[in-house]
Amino acid sequence: MSTLCVAVWRGQESGRFQEFDVPRRESQTVLDVVTYIQRSLDPTLAYRFACRVGMCGSCAMTVNGRARWTCRTHVDKVGESGRLEIAPLHNLPVVRDLVTDMTDFFDKWARARGQFQGGTTRKDEFARVAPDSPARRLADAAIECIGCGVCYSACDVVAWNPAYLGPAALNRAWTLMNDARDTGNRARLAAVAGDAGCHACHTHMSCSERCPKQIAPTASIAGLKRATIAAALRGDLGDG
Amino acid sequence: MKNDFRARNHPAYWAFIVHRASGVLLAAFLPLHFWALGQALHGEAKLETFLRWTDQPLVKLCETMLVLLLAAHMTGGVRLLALEFLAWRDWQKSLLAAAAGVALAAGLAFLLNVV
Repeated sequence: MSTLCVAVWRGQESGRFQEFDVPRRESQTVLDVVTYIQRSLDPTLAYRFACRVGMCGSCAMTVNGRARWTCRTHVDKVGESGRLEIAPLHNLPVVRDLVTDMTDFFDKWARARGQFQGGTTRKDEFARVAPDSPARRLADAAIECIGCGVCYSACDVVAWNPAYLGPAALNRAWTLMNDARDTGNRARLAAVAGDAGCHACHTHMSCSERCPKQIAPTASIAGLKRATIAAALRGDLGDG
Repeated sequence: MKNDFRARNHPAYWAFIVHRASGVLLAAFLPLHFWALGQALHGEAKLETFLRWTDQPLVKLCETMLVLLLAAHMTGGVRLLALEFLAWRDWQKSLLAAAAGVALAAGLAFLLNVV
């Protein structure tokens, strides 16, 4: 059986890569590799995962320099050289080893007004949204985000401007902008129009390039740019 | 921890670098451009002397680079405007390739014209 040389980040912001030899197996994922290290070689290794099937978004790490969801990344795809380098997601504080503190990431969703704000009660009729309406199609294109943080980790603007809301939060804001039931768009546009909002994006498209769900946050951010400009021209870009 | 070149190595990021670098280089060239135009203020002969100097092969090669930079900056800018103001298309990388192709064609056309 062949082995894989795996360099794993140990420590916090300052630390070092520690090397492990891991048996190579068929259909092995990067998460399988990390789990093998933690269960068989070094139980002190800290990492995070939950569903193992690409739904929960908790196992994202930096693999050979690129942010990826590790549970759906096969070693075949990234470890051709027989070597893997596994580090925590970039642009987030490291708690320990491969675990990052996602607080900022999710707080920014709230700051971008990523909460659904309905205008009806349980006594009202269900909203009827035509699946083929243009707004619903736009929401559909961006709705499958699992909150893994890969786009946020891949984005250079997040590193350059720590207040920048980031691709995931702006993508969430765009889905709600296209939700016919939501009543919070005025405040939402004001929240995403500032220096830390959609106009800070430099269109590197790293978010769209790396998103494991093939979402294009760049498209959502472009939509928000148009919407904020239109609101400003109407004189309707309030202070939230 | 910060990203390194491995995270940035994809076509749209290269397009970003080309757009920024071409913008900076074109801005750096502008003073020279205005100085050259300013030679006309000192009379026809002065301008003519300068224009004959630009006929040298090395200067023509530099001019080709300038045309290439200008074309790359313009097509890159048009691509960004299309991306941001038109409906989203899934073939953004094709748009990027087209922008690069047009820029190279413009540079080549200039070079063929002066050779």
